[in-house]
Amino acid sequence: MNIIVCMKQVIDLEQIRIKPNTREPVIEGLPLLFGDFEKCALEEAVRIKEKHGGKVTALAVGSPKLKDTIKEALAIGADEAIILTEPIFQDSDAMGSAKILAKAIEKIGEYDLILLGDSSADEYSGEIPPRLAELLDLPQVGFVREIEFLADSDQMPETKKLRVVRDLEDALEVIEVDMPAVIGVTSELNTPRLAPLSAILKASRKPLHEWGPDEIGVALDEVEANASVVEVLSNLAPVHDRKGNIYKDAEEGVEEVVKALQKEGVLA
Amino acid sequence: MSGILIYSELEDTALGLLTKGRELATELDKPLSVALLGNGAGDQAEIYFAHGATRAYVGDDPALAHFQASTYAAALTQIIAQAEADIILIGSTRRGRELAPRLAQKLSAGCVTDAISLSLQGKRLVIERRALGGNTVSAKVITSPKQVISVMPKLYDAEPGTSDIGEVIPVSLELDKPTTTVIERRPKERGVVKLEEAEILVCVGRGLASRDDLSMIQTLADTLGAMVGCTRPISHEYHWLTEDQMIGLSGVEVSPRLYFAIGISGQIQHTVSIMGAKVIVAINSDTNSPIFNIADYGIVGDLYQVVPKLIEQLQAEFEG
Repeated sequence: MNIIVCMKQVIDLEQIRIKPNTREPVIEGLPLLFGDFEKCALEEAVRIKEKHGGKVTALAVGSPKLKDTIKEALAIGADEAIILTEPIFQDSDAMGSAKILAKAIEKIGEYDLILLGDSSADEYSGEIPPRLAELLDLPQVGFVREIEFLADSDQMPETKKLRVVRDLEDALEVIEVDMPAVIGVTSELNTPRLAPLSAILKASRKPLHEWGPDEIGVALDEVEANASVVEVLSNLAPVHDRKGNIYKDAEEGVEEVVKALQKEGVLA
Repeated sequence: MSGILIYSELEDTALGLLTKGRELATELDKPLSVALLGNGAGDQAEIYFAHGATRAYVGDDPALAHFQASTYAAALTQIIAQAEADIILIGSTRRGRELAPRLAQKLSAGCVTDAISLSLQGKRLVIERRALGGNTVSAKVITSPKQVISVMPKLYDAEPGTSDIGEVIPVSLELDKPTTTVIERRPKERGVVKLEEAEILVCVGRGLASRDDLSMIQTLADTLGAMVGCTRPISHEYHWLTEDQMIGLSGVEVSPRLYFAIGISGQIQHTVSIMGAKVIVAINSDTNSPIFNIADYGIVGDLYQVVPKLIEQLQAEFEG
């Protein structure tokens, strides 16, 4: 069973600061890491491989810092990693990014399953799994919290199938899906392991490939900023009328807050 | 030709989108239509007409019996071609979030999911959504000929329009056999906890170190006469509280008069659902937590020191 796990490095969202005068976010220089959903996707891929055999390939588009970030994926258990760090790729919108991933997956060639986070931690748009599935003409299931590989499907042995549990608002749906498939996962799926030190050391010896536009056969005008179909007019911290009285001394804070809540008449 | 097409599997959401759609349709001078998919979906067309749709495109095909994103996207693509729609608004339920980008890809169109506002700048449709983990709101414009937007399900209330006349248009669809099968559907049990109705809420997050410490949170809640809620990790990963106690995008949306966020960093998936609270109090050890950006009152400190002090102070206040 060959599994491709698509991963996105995101800035540490808890470290974002907002410029008070312009309401702009300050994101330069913040650490990059993988979100919870993609770590769960990778963990699941490694577990399936451990049980059924096969190979796990981690695939990511992003800044050159991926060379470091991706080592975590190799340490956790990916056999191989492919990173796409061409600067022009990074100006892509969701449609462009999905196209880049699809081209890279076509180059990888053999696969039974594509796993990825249902949505990324930063944008949470959820666009990549459905767009990727459409480009590759594969079935897709999102919000998946359980995956079972039906290795011995007695009805149609020639068709590999997965049984997954999709988490909907009012119900859990148990779904059987033909493979290959694109599965978007959430963090209920598993608890990702922490890579032991020995695995971290070994990670740098695993194959790590960097592919550019020529290697994956994508024309630059298909994916660069000019090809973007969504224009961002602004991206600012929202204005709200919250009071923002923050106390850094706990003792004083508790006293003042209780007083203020009593005064506002919201306590009883 | 152009037009606005609405789709949601939830009637209320579709009617809310039609209500907003009427305004856009008038300003942009485009016809407003609704797509009704699935078994017997066309039977209820009148209510959509009463909310502003002038045409209801009905796709009643066995392949639509259960939701599969690719099949529903294929059905909508065929309806969009017939309706000549260029703005497609979809309810951003879990299904809608899977459907909208797949449809957009079929149409080679730009997409914005989870819209929190739609407005017109001249003839341009400006869409706002939350970004950067909830730290920001980004305003976007889709520049492709067709635009697919999934809109937060409860954003617009349904209000009937002035006319209830419309045309039902059955569409004969050509759909592939589904590649997924629903084997079982397990309805989620709704417990007795109804956080939507809480006046005061104490909500706890990842900052809580162990399950046993919930008793301290419960004591605070009892002192305040509050209900206890939590963020996703507490209910869905650690299972310390039940899933219907989870406040957030995929859980409950609340609007109490007083809301305590304890050990909660303030990621979008949570904060989006508490903005209706009158007063927000945050307790967190990290000064930079985004929760402080949306708090009326904040105390920077270890919750294990702050919460007991708070209980003590409140008890003194209530006795005094």
